[in-house]
Amino acid sequence: MRPLVLTSRTLQMVMLALWLTLGAGVTGSLSHRAEAAIDAFEFESDEQERRFRQMSNDFRCPIYLMIMDGKTDYEIEQFMLERYGDFIFYRPRLMTETLLLWFGPLAFLLLGGWIIAGIIRRARPQVQEKVVLNEEEQERLRTLLDGVKRE
Amino acid sequence: MSRLKLFIPVFVFLALAVLLWRGLYLDPRTLPSVLIDKPLPDFELRTVENASLITKADLPDEPFLLNVWGSYCLPCLQENPILMAAKEAGVLPIVGVNYKDKLNLARLWMDDNGSPFDFSVVDEDGRLGINLGVYGAPETFVVDGNGVIRYKHIGVIDYKAWEQEILPAIAAVKAEATL
Amino acid sequence: MVPELGQFALILSFCLCVLLGTLPLVGAGTGNQLWISLARPLTAGVFVFLSLCLLILGYSFVTDDFSVAFVAQHSNTLLPLQYKITAVWGGHEGSFLFWTWMLAGWMLAVSIFSKTMPDDFVARVLGIMGLIGAGYTLFMIATSNPFDRVLPLSPADGADLNSALQDFGFIIHPPSLYMGYVGFSVVFAFAIAALLSGRLDSAWARWSRPWANAAWAILTIGIALGSWWAYYELGWGGWWAWDPVENPPMINWLLGTALIHSLAVTEKRGVFKSWTVLLAIMAFAASLLGTFITRSGLLTSVHAFASDPTRGVYILGFLGFVIGGSLLLFALRAPLMKSEFGFEAVSREVFLLANNIILVVASAAILLGTLYPMVYQAVSGGELISVGPPYFNMIFVPLMGILVLFMVIGSISRWKKTSVAYLKKQLMIVAVASVALGLVLPLALTMEFHYGASIATALGLWIVLGIVQDIRIKIANKGSVLVGLRSLATSYIGMQIAHFGFAVILLGAALTSIYSIEKSVLLSPGERVELGRYVFQFDGTEHLSGPNFEAERATFQVFREGEFQRELHPEKRVYVASMSPSTEMAIDAGFTRDLFITLGEERESGAWSMSIYIKPLVRWVWLGAILMSLGGIVAVLDKRYRRLKVRTLQKAEADKSGKPAGDDYQPVSG
Repeated sequence: MRPLVLTSRTLQMVMLALWLTLGAGVTGSLSHRAEAAIDAFEFESDEQERRFRQMSNDFRCPIYLMIMDGKTDYEIEQFMLERYGDFIFYRPRLMTETLLLWFGPLAFLLLGGWIIAGIIRRARPQVQEKVVLNEEEQERLRTLLDGVKRE
Repeated sequence: MSRLKLFIPVFVFLALAVLLWRGLYLDPRTLPSVLIDKPLPDFELRTVENASLITKADLPDEPFLLNVWGSYCLPCLQENPILMAAKEAGVLPIVGVNYKDKLNLARLWMDDNGSPFDFSVVDEDGRLGINLGVYGAPETFVVDGNGVIRYKHIGVIDYKAWEQEILPAIAAVKAEATL
Repeated sequence: MVPELGQFALILSFCLCVLLGTLPLVGAGTGNQLWISLARPLTAGVFVFLSLCLLILGYSFVTDDFSVAFVAQHSNTLLPLQYKITAVWGGHEGSFLFWTWMLAGWMLAVSIFSKTMPDDFVARVLGIMGLIGAGYTLFMIATSNPFDRVLPLSPADGADLNSALQDFGFIIHPPSLYMGYVGFSVVFAFAIAALLSGRLDSAWARWSRPWANAAWAILTIGIALGSWWAYYELGWGGWWAWDPVENPPMINWLLGTALIHSLAVTEKRGVFKSWTVLLAIMAFAASLLGTFITRSGLLTSVHAFASDPTRGVYILGFLGFVIGGSLLLFALRAPLMKSEFGFEAVSREVFLLANNIILVVASAAILLGTLYPMVYQAVSGGELISVGPPYFNMIFVPLMGILVLFMVIGSISRWKKTSVAYLKKQLMIVAVASVALGLVLPLALTMEFHYGASIATALGLWIVLGIVQDIRIKIANKGSVLVGLRSLATSYIGMQIAHFGFAVILLGAALTSIYSIEKSVLLSPGERVELGRYVFQFDGTEHLSGPNFEAERATFQVFREGEFQRELHPEKRVYVASMSPSTEMAIDAGFTRDLFITLGEERESGAWSMSIYIKPLVRWVWLGAILMSLGGIVAVLDKRYRRLKVRTLQKAEADKSGKPAGDDYQPVSG
């Protein structure tokens, strides 16, 4: 029996497709779901689970066939994209609508760097003007220092 | 000037809060259909009823419903009465896509429950379903007289969905046709 | 009757919170000693009554009182006792009660461990936490009452706890996560109290630090436990999915990390005060945002509770009031950020600032990615996109890499000014060794070059060797190594343990992502499959009956290079009450690798589909987290936070003589 080995990319797409079935047609509330198992595919009915398993195969099959057929990842993605839309990709495509998403973090980082530069510039300890003590102050200073030394 | 800078966080937060508030009233579960306003994909399949070969050309020339179903599918059974009632009332033709099913089981199901379909095509390997962007049975498409997909409903059709979504979609398509 | 008592206790808690949130705060502002002195007793009262609520809810579960709606939804007569108890937090209403109780717990801790702080300050802190508590309890009373009854037709039996939650992980993950999450409300309250009183100095920073560190350490454990639990519940070998509900605690954690570092600078050097206050507000905002996202139905996630706009609107309103109000207060009261002064471009201050910037940018990026689908949907009129792990990993990983580079340089740097030559001298050898070993080690162990593995190894070693080097420098002139080590400050040791833990996570996360392998196969009993250096033999299944489930239990024999290692027994269960299916993975956990098997489906032929995984170093992810957390706790135990006796005496004297206490001058060290 030849094992079915999936690439991580296609597996991601399959995962997403499987997850979609939970959204599709689920009419009841999710009140049974608690803040719990991350991504544990839990179902409210046998019917849902059956559909989930059905879909696992439904999507693996054409993707598997396409992979065996020599189609590139890009071609497979295009195929799925035409039929299911952007929603199916975990990694959003780079388009005008997602420019903010993809370049936002970089912009934040640059902003951060600019802020640090600004802070550093202003934080340099000022060059102190030499403090000149007058006679009296110098006397007091000497007395103090002597006192300290003796202790 | 510096004091003003301190107000930046409040404003950013307010913007975020407004965004979140709007977000609450969106429905996070509407699944998209990219095939709206695109023509039905080509296919060449046999019917469940009498194994005659059907292509896109054999589909009705008027607006019709394309219903993806299977004998294994419980919600399909649940929406069967609605589709049957629609057929009785002659609202519009209904064509079935028997998706990833076994022919004999499909025929049994139709005998047991009644068929609202003018005919159903056998899509055993699911290729047509994939080309339609189907997530799974049941799904229903409203197709216009030119074979273009105009509306997609994912999941079971209950009375609410029929009245509030599908009927209006059908009406809209029919109204166009008379323009 | 008993649930009504719970109801009553809840309402009482609300009333006490309202009192706590008003009288002491007003008292602190006007100098009314009586009202100030009410803070601690009121806090104790809140804690007592919320504990009562929790106990009563637990009692309802244990006695199978299905007239209580929440119990009916989440329990069942067949449910094992330990899960009946943990079912208390198995759904929205109960878990929110638990969350609120955690707040009361922290409040109590503050009221006990604050004897060295001025009473008016403590009154403010507790008062603010009381206000937060009032908001939470009101939310419960208004929208999410765990004591609502199903009368007159109470169900005879309950719907059962979600099968995924009938598990050890569920016993420990939510409590620790909530405890950490809620813990940030303490340092938040400190920050607001500082703004209200105008007292924003290094004493404030010194008081806040242990609380921030403690919350951070506990949150670290909470998140790590969640990841660990997901790992063995999931079946995909994943331990972090960048799920919209996982992300807020991560944001909280990142901001919390920035906060504990910023507090260090503020305490030691008196700079970045306003920024630290802002961070404290932001960290708490992140925890409120997390609550909002999980419970409002804003984002779809298998994780989320029922979507109900009412709840969402309430929480958002609360969020707006608390955070909006705090940020407004900040804008009005924070000391004008006069040019922070006193340090050069190359100094410890600057490297910590870099740390903060990177962590905040990472938080912002994760928030952006989490909310983007919703924004896109709103703006595009219904179109949907998904933002998943590829995005988050692509943004997060490089940022962490940069952070690590600065981390080591920063630890070795001195305050105010560090010469580049000095840094070069100390770190050059560390850099060279890290790069060299980074290139060599993965190659030697796997016979293959992988640039990602080399980078990760180099970065991990950069941290570890950097720690060794820093310790070496510190104990250089102390005579023997032992004497030297003992002379190190507790907080320093805590820091190095935490940084070491971070290195362990880094290595574990990167290397397991790179080197994990898996196979999906269809096997009949008697057949074998090979993966990596192991051979797995499937010996068939047998039927098994559990307390509230029926199962098929498979047996696998595992061989490594011909030798028998052990047996593994994955299961497929069906829980009787809910008829819901569940898969129990079989895991062979190891320090160097995990093996695991998860069953798929049985075919008519008797063959089973299944997936087998080998995951090297995956345990390091959680071990590293435990170390980080340990480091945080150790740092809290530093003597300077515990000089209770001295300070209490000082304070008592000061009270007598009428002079202000608490701002005793502490010589700057390190």
